[in-house]
Amino acid sequence: MRSQNRIHIMLNIVVCVKAVPDPKEACNIKIDPATKTLLRCDVPMVVNPLDKNAMEVALQLKEKTDVRITVLSMGPPEAGNIVKEGLALGADRGILLSDPAFGGADTFATAFTLAKGIEKIGHHDVILCGMASSDGSTEWVGPQIATFLKLPVVTMVKEIVKTDVPWWKVKASIDNGYRLMQVKLPAVFTVTREVNTPRTLSFSGIIKARKKEIEQWGIDDLGVSSESVGLKGSPTIVSQLKTTEGKREVEFIKGTRAEKAEFLVQKLIGTGLL
Amino acid sequence: MMAEQKNKVGPVWVIAEQIDCRLLSVSTQLIGQARKLADELNTSVEAVLLGDGIEGQIQELIAAGAKRVYLGNAPELAFYHPERYTEIIVNLAEGHKPEIILIGSTAMGRELAPQMAARLKTGLTAHCIDLVLDEDKNLEQHIPAYGGLLSIVCPKRRPQMATVASGVFTTPEPDETRTGEVIELLLPDIVYDRIETLQVVREEPKGVPLESADIVVAGGAGAGDLEGWHKIADLANCLNGALGATRPAVDEGWTELTTMIGQSGKMVSPQLYIGVGLSGEQQHLVGVVDAKVMVAINIDNRSPVFEQVDYGIVDDCREFLPVLIEKIKAYQERLVTC
Repeated sequence: MRSQNRIHIMLNIVVCVKAVPDPKEACNIKIDPATKTLLRCDVPMVVNPLDKNAMEVALQLKEKTDVRITVLSMGPPEAGNIVKEGLALGADRGILLSDPAFGGADTFATAFTLAKGIEKIGHHDVILCGMASSDGSTEWVGPQIATFLKLPVVTMVKEIVKTDVPWWKVKASIDNGYRLMQVKLPAVFTVTREVNTPRTLSFSGIIKARKKEIEQWGIDDLGVSSESVGLKGSPTIVSQLKTTEGKREVEFIKGTRAEKAEFLVQKLIGTGLL
Repeated sequence: MMAEQKNKVGPVWVIAEQIDCRLLSVSTQLIGQARKLADELNTSVEAVLLGDGIEGQIQELIAAGAKRVYLGNAPELAFYHPERYTEIIVNLAEGHKPEIILIGSTAMGRELAPQMAARLKTGLTAHCIDLVLDEDKNLEQHIPAYGGLLSIVCPKRRPQMATVASGVFTTPEPDETRTGEVIELLLPDIVYDRIETLQVVREEPKGVPLESADIVVAGGAGAGDLEGWHKIADLANCLNGALGATRPAVDEGWTELTTMIGQSGKMVSPQLYIGVGLSGEQQHLVGVVDAKVMVAINIDNRSPVFEQVDYGIVDDCREFLPVLIEKIKAYQERLVTC
């Protein structure tokens, strides 16, 4: 088969990544009851977990065939770190869309800005995103990028079955099972955790990435109006931020480990639940 | 036909969904909520249903409160097709200008809704836990975030769009005396050849289903590793309960996405909820509705989860769970021998 495959096809993949507060420490983010603003309490920003799976799809393909990977993110200048991480993993190019005008974007404006970035990149056969972000949990950015670029999209991809050009076959999760989809490239895919196990950064990768530069694009580079991006380009706005009070009065069960277990069992028997 | 009143508020739409010609309960739940909103807006509720051989579901939509049902009934609509469905519903919405569109947070809804919203150039709020109208009659969409609640509005564009999970709103009592009209849709003559569903495989869920379980044991990142996670699963098993998870636990790969409880996962309403190694984030706990008794086991006595439960145990779950499981089993054996 290989000998027949003489046409040289290079696949251009764009992986969209988002910097999110570390999900393991996200519980430390609180709403200030007085100012109704988020208190981040120095929670570090990391790559959204599912975006690592999207990156891994691209990296595994690169091991088998001729692939050029571009990592794309939108965020404040600090988000350059996660783009750099993509370069250290093996991406060829890293682009950060960063401009004060992009701030305060909802998913609509975010997807629009990313789509404009992808248009500027030019070649894109495959666009990969994590299925959802751990902070917003909206799942909208992938499908909306597809809509703005007029491309087909499959969400919740849990297995890449075939990567022929131009037809990809993927299994995508549905509520109680999966669907096997055939999709013509160029296309957008959002992936779930089941799709693969993301690799970790290697020391040599980090060294190599030091030489690679991140490109930073602002509003003028994308040639869009300030009305169409950021807060101004967002149809939705947060009208209120409310703190919720604890609804229950906790009774701490104390004692040795065995006593605590015994007391809990007694409590459960007492309420008729055991 | 009566002339349309000037400046009349557009209808409230529900994009209904069927699987194998059975209407999903989230569809009637949304119609129930849509009716409340429509009454306040002095407008009507309309449903859109696409499928094949779905005439039988029309009455169910009307009995729930839809005054009009747009029906797309054709073999090529039997299963959700991303482009075909989006095209039909977007065209319909552009023609009829609904004020609000509500969609179930199902696999279909999650893929369809964002594409619709981008085409309609409007806002879309994900996995709302309540929908009300504010003083300007804008749809106020509540979502949990960071130990609090966000209210999202889409003040300048229409339709206002939101997805909602099954179980957030109650299923309305069907009223068979209601009447409504059915409008059969003419399907656009477009060939969709970029994307095709080759096969749909339904899998039987494993274990006790979360949605109907009396006892739910939910685990979080505090399990530490897969071994720790198995101890949480053991607790669920020995209580004959359902095993649930927070997003961090799913992200760690210890459990499947289908076990996730919360805003973007499943809604549960057990008699007993035990949260193990989790911090009680709103995104998770909004998925636990009206639990009779709530228990938390967490190593950190300052964890916010303890503000949300009836009984708290401060301990390392990996050490504590084996002891607890032993006590429960001992009690269960005493019951058998008595």
